[in-house]
Amino acid sequence: METTLVETLPHVTWVGVLIKAILILAIISAIAGFGTFIERKVLAWMQRRQGPLHVGPYGLLQLAADGIKLFTKEDIVPQNANKFIFMVAPIITAATAFIALAAVPVFPDFTIPSWIPLLGDTFVPAIAADLNIGILFVLGMMAAGLYGPLLAGMSQANKWGIIGSARTAVQFLSYEVVTGLSILAPIMLVGSLSFVDFNSYQAGGITSWLIWQQPVAFVLFLIAGFAETNRTPFDLLEHEAEVVSGYATEYSGMRWGMFFIGEYANMITVSIIAAVVFLGGYSEGTLGLAILLKVAFFFFLMLWVRAAWPHVRPDQLMWLCWKVLMPIAVINVVITGIVMMV
Amino acid sequence: MGLEQFKNRNVGTQNYKTLDVGVSPQTGMERFKQVAKRTVKGELFVGLGVVMKAMVKALFADDMHTVKYPFEKMPISPRYRAIHDMLRLLESGHYRCIGCGLCEKICISNCITMDTRYDENQRKEVSEYTINFGRCIFCGYCAEVCPELAIVHGQRYETASEQRASFSIFEDMLSPVDQLNLQQEYQGFGAVSPNADENIKQTPLAY
Repeated sequence: METTLVETLPHVTWVGVLIKAILILAIISAIAGFGTFIERKVLAWMQRRQGPLHVGPYGLLQLAADGIKLFTKEDIVPQNANKFIFMVAPIITAATAFIALAAVPVFPDFTIPSWIPLLGDTFVPAIAADLNIGILFVLGMMAAGLYGPLLAGMSQANKWGIIGSARTAVQFLSYEVVTGLSILAPIMLVGSLSFVDFNSYQAGGITSWLIWQQPVAFVLFLIAGFAETNRTPFDLLEHEAEVVSGYATEYSGMRWGMFFIGEYANMITVSIIAAVVFLGGYSEGTLGLAILLKVAFFFFLMLWVRAAWPHVRPDQLMWLCWKVLMPIAVINVVITGIVMMV
Repeated sequence: MGLEQFKNRNVGTQNYKTLDVGVSPQTGMERFKQVAKRTVKGELFVGLGVVMKAMVKALFADDMHTVKYPFEKMPISPRYRAIHDMLRLLESGHYRCIGCGLCEKICISNCITMDTRYDENQRKEVSEYTINFGRCIFCGYCAEVCPELAIVHGQRYETASEQRASFSIFEDMLSPVDQLNLQQEYQGFGAVSPNADENIKQTPLAY
């Protein structure tokens, strides 16, 4: 396994990392907000509606209107809730979503031009924290993010919240196994947990993408990713028709907004992981356009699936994850191992 | 066919047809086969295709359901009973009402009030005519009983206002003299809406 050429890269300073962190926070929150707009538009079109239209051109300023509404809404804490946990839970969801993004290659690296005072010549890396166990860290962080819904549902003294958090636990126990096992086979092939190594492993064009070697793992990871981000076939946590709003029933204003931003940031993270691990990642020559297209495709796929498919029952999710997906993932890992050994 | 068939509640004795739902699996192997078959059958992608087709049609073939309501309106049925219109004679432009008072008599919620007198030509003239829209139930009896087709139900269904009384001024209900050519004749009870043909669609039973 060839190592990444750390020596040839410019020196990464803490200023660069800080700039990158601020960039991620600003741009991903903005994209998450824009994602809600895209979601409403795409869902509307798929149901032959128009979506937001009247606020701004093509309804684009609907985002701003929603933001103003969220920020100015009263922040209600229910009387019998465990106040501290109730207030901390949304922060867990939002924070873990962004912490996970720290180890993910979000945009290509660049150097700030030298004519800018103070920050000139600072190298801003593609990954804020280029860990050699990037995938492990990201998956762990996204798993830790499930503490948000879990604690939120249990702290709010609401039956729907309790059901929502119980479903969180069910979902968490089910898909997390599949996520880990499905991504294990590509990790075995690449021999590294670093996203940079994954990217360089697939640098040889479309034919070297891991999706051709690991189609089963790709499908499994996609399914588990949908469960991880609470997207529609597996949106048991807050399905309106059944549990009002699940864990988010008692939340209002910006605390609810933090859950929302966390969910959309998670969608972006899962899209990036799928793109980097299976679809070749960010190619060098395309100015990050390739990764953008791939991430956009996965994001669109999530909306597309939401428009088309009904969601499953909790017992069906457990059945699917434990009895179908996990055996397939294990078999996939074993076969990959045998093929590698032979 | 008599009523007996419907009154028979003993399920199984009627001539119901059973749908063909296939055979449910009995053994474990059959169940496994069913799962495997359903997994690779790709029925889910049919759903994806359907919504994608709907989106493409909505975007590029203008197949949208949305009516941007305050800016565009659907044609409403001629049977719709909205705020009343008082029609005019097309020849003279004079209002059609002859002051017979039948609408006032038949009004079941007693909301029509009218007063008449003889004008200088000894012709009966309506001096007062109000409909109390706070009480009107829009039953349509007044329009039905009117011998001259003078009072009809119009198309003004947007009746949000500070005072409902503001809809009931006789001059406002009267069709304007300068727009007499736009005055629509009452189609009568049972008339179909102008876009009835477009609204006929095949029942979406096929998948």
